Amino acid sequence: MTAEAGVAAPHRALPKSFAWGALVKDAAIGAAVALVLAVPLVGFRVVEINGDVTLTTRFTWVGIGVVSVFVGRLALGLWRGSRPAERKRSGALVAPLSRFGRRHATGVAWAGIGFAAILQFLPFTTRGTVDLATEILTYVMLGWGLNVVVGLAGLLDLGYVAFYAVGAYSFAITATTFGLSFWEALPIAGLLSALAGILLGFPVLRLRGDYLAIVTLGFGEIIHILLQNWTSLTGGPNGIGNIPRPGLFGLVFAASAPPGETTFHQFFGLDFSPSQRIDFLYYVVLALALIVNLFTLRLRRLPIGRAWEALREDEIACRALGINPTNVKLSAFAIGAMLGGFAGAFFATRQGFISPESFTFVESATILAIVVLGGMGSQMGVVLAAMVLVLLPELRFLAEYRMLIFGAAMVLIMIWRPGGLLSHRAPTILLHGARRP
Amino acid sequence: MNYLLQQLVNGVSLGAIYGLIAIGYTMVYGIIGMINFAHGEIYMIGAFVSLIAFLALGVAGVTYVPLALLLVLVIAMIFTAVYGWAVERIAYRPLRSSFRLAPLISAIGMSIFLQNYVQLLQGARVKALQPVVEGGITLATGDFPVRVSFLQIFILAITFVLMAGFSYVIAATPLGRAQRAVEQDATMAALLGVDVDRTISLTFVIGAVLAAVAGMMVLLYYGVIDFYIGFEAGIKAFTAAVLGGIGSLAGAMLGGLLIGLIEALWSGYASVEYKDVMVFVVLILVLIFRPSGLFGRPEVEKV
Amino acid sequence: MSTPLLEVQHLTMRFGGLTAVDDLSFTAREREITALIGPNGAGKTTVFNCLTGFYRPSAGTMILHRGGRKYQLERMEGHRVARIAGVARTFQNIRLFVGMTLLENLIVAQHDELMRASMFSVAGLFGFSPYRRAEKAAVQKARYWLDRLELTASADLPAGGLSYGDRRRLEIARAMCTGPTLLCLDEPAAGLNPRESDRLNELLLSIRDQHRIGLLLIEHDMKVVMGISDHVVVLDYGKKIADGKPVEIQHDPAVIRAYLGEPEPSFETEPSASPRDEDR
Repeated sequence: MTAEAGVAAPHRALPKSFAWGALVKDAAIGAAVALVLAVPLVGFRVVEINGDVTLTTRFTWVGIGVVSVFVGRLALGLWRGSRPAERKRSGALVAPLSRFGRRHATGVAWAGIGFAAILQFLPFTTRGTVDLATEILTYVMLGWGLNVVVGLAGLLDLGYVAFYAVGAYSFAITATTFGLSFWEALPIAGLLSALAGILLGFPVLRLRGDYLAIVTLGFGEIIHILLQNWTSLTGGPNGIGNIPRPGLFGLVFAASAPPGETTFHQFFGLDFSPSQRIDFLYYVVLALALIVNLFTLRLRRLPIGRAWEALREDEIACRALGINPTNVKLSAFAIGAMLGGFAGAFFATRQGFISPESFTFVESATILAIVVLGGMGSQMGVVLAAMVLVLLPELRFLAEYRMLIFGAAMVLIMIWRPGGLLSHRAPTILLHGARRP
Repeated sequence: MNYLLQQLVNGVSLGAIYGLIAIGYTMVYGIIGMINFAHGEIYMIGAFVSLIAFLALGVAGVTYVPLALLLVLVIAMIFTAVYGWAVERIAYRPLRSSFRLAPLISAIGMSIFLQNYVQLLQGARVKALQPVVEGGITLATGDFPVRVSFLQIFILAITFVLMAGFSYVIAATPLGRAQRAVEQDATMAALLGVDVDRTISLTFVIGAVLAAVAGMMVLLYYGVIDFYIGFEAGIKAFTAAVLGGIGSLAGAMLGGLLIGLIEALWSGYASVEYKDVMVFVVLILVLIFRPSGLFGRPEVEKV
Repeated sequence: MSTPLLEVQHLTMRFGGLTAVDDLSFTAREREITALIGPNGAGKTTVFNCLTGFYRPSAGTMILHRGGRKYQLERMEGHRVARIAGVARTFQNIRLFVGMTLLENLIVAQHDELMRASMFSVAGLFGFSPYRRAEKAAVQKARYWLDRLELTASADLPAGGLSYGDRRRLEIARAMCTGPTLLCLDEPAAGLNPRESDRLNELLLSIRDQHRIGLLLIEHDMKVVMGISDHVVVLDYGKKIADGKPVEIQHDPAVIRAYLGEPEPSFETEPSASPRDEDR
């Protein structure tokens, strides 16, 4: 031990009795486990050559993996050992960010909205940027919707995509069969999704939290299977096409107007450009997202929102205060579902075509990751996480690893920063107003 | 009649596989009260390790089938067990005192991670294996012969042996006693000298070992696997665990058999497309009408 | 004597083969503190759980009088017992909403009124004035209790940051904010130091004297029980063994036997062996 302490002496930050032996041993055990884990699945790859299934090897990868685990584990140990004990868990990277966000929350929000509003007119903005921004905002909407259920009410919903799908399909079906426009069909889509939420929620919301998680997971799959197989209604795997695009007060976005209608560019005397529709869709989703934001922020400050949070904290105490837990959960579930339905309707109108492919568990997992990474209950966190999650695959070399990274991030966030990137909770009502005692 | 008999035979074989996976859910739930969402992925890894082991043995020139089966079984158990152990150590142990949803979310993350890990390493395409165990016994002849393949007999025999073994472990060994003690009251067990961390780790290891066996069997039974099989089988096995009464070993096995039978009969008589919907409907109905399952004890709420 | 508020008759609760509460009858009155005492495992908390709708009793009736009406508690769901019959409770292992502020804790307790005022959120969403008035009134009520607990300064801080004694008192204030007719307190003095314990007694006595409600109390601390209760019910193995004024109870041979197993009682201090692990 003394010899090891001697080795440690030059590092000023390390305590005298720093246990190098233990550290190396720990890293070696980590590397040994990594070796066992890596040998079968990394070391061998099942390949098919001319119809023959056989194996190829890549033991270099195993070697690289094992060495990096050893080094990483050692570095982690050193880093931990060199820091004062009480600071060990205070995510050094994100804490300042979170603090900044908390102090200047309103400023940041307005800056964000302002930026979003003028995005189209910025010099570097291309059609691709607007498309991406539209996608981000769709996820932001979904994230805010799921945030009501998971972040505020503390109900783990693993089948949120089901409501997204119900919204998209009810919009597509009502629009294509009854000829309703986007703005007419949007509330219907929201209502039907909310109804689906209530139908699922009513029997299962009495269950304990983890049972609820698995039931919602199953529900997501049921909806997916129904979409695949109920061909007469949903078109099966072929999906539904020719979904109408939204118009602006009766003006359509098209090169030439259908009989009896006026196009946007004719009305304003502009030249037709396909980007007008894309820009318009972007503003539609921006407006929808802002409405959703306002709506959820407002709800949070109402008795129902406080009941959601109280329920998340302690269901038994809620009952003792005369709050009916089932109703409160049901309202969270229905409202979350409705917001998911709105997002689904927007998705359908933007794509013009929907099929079961878009509504898989991966989608549920992505939305959940947005809420979890962003910080459960934090509106701003959802925006940040949605941006990260949509932009990450844009880096070509990362696209493949998208879900791998999400999965790992969910585990790591729970371990190091369970509150998410932005975890500050603002009180819903203040006695002393803005001035703090 | 023969058709029904054949569906029953198929259903029981399938059910044995679900039962083995369900035991992993039920034991983990019993001991730390959480759903190990990544368990289906552990089973999928078991299937992949088995496939790789079969191919490696083929390259090494082991052609005697019983020996190959035994070796693959052992290899799959060992490597999958380490995966089970590592998952608990990395994703769950640090969260034992965290807030209620934390381990669940971590488990979901782990499940997504493992699925994509295998997909990236082994490719997304379906992997096929030449039939290893062939032949069978014809029970009834006629218009519709009823056959029990040797593979089905092998599956049932292995399942039976494992069940007997683990029932003994839980009932009569120090490990089983420690497990039951931790299940009742982890703090008290720790005070009385039970190594709680070790007991929980071993529970994950046992669950992973059984899942590995299930993975190997499914590989032999269907001959094809892909990275996605863990998701569906996971939900079905969980349903089996809930149906049997979560926390009960016999219940998990019985639940597995019932789910296997429901699936086989439903696809035999109604529609193949909706067989999975059927399983979820069973899950929801059980949770609503009998949340404690067939063999479970009703939970008394602690206030 | 004031009018009876709660009449418990032949209450029995069995768990499998175990009879936790056995044919218990007693009465609690308005403007009185009724203490339910007994050794560990006597079934006190089970009685509370039956009263507040967490358990459904195996037999017996529990009638609560409120505003000239009778409510049969054994037939009501937990949240309705609190909302409609007005039975509020606190918990042995304090159950505050720790992430929420003190003020929010007290506002959540007024959920029912506010919910109706917000017309199930519709009026609240648009900020209509009836809702704004109701919210103002709720804040007033919360403020009243915060002032009374001398916690006004920390009203906007998370409840998790309070000291143990303050948490206990906040939980009581939260229960009072539901506007109860009967307040059930499960070991309010547990874990308090003597100073905190005195402040608690003060609070309970002032609630009794200023609000037209009854208090039902489970307590181990004999100083609290004998100091503030008007009426004591003693349980042992789920059965009632004594019922009367504190002075009478102190000299009841059955009680002395149950607590000490020997003739000389010493009620000045806490009974020797009373770990806080409570009966279920």
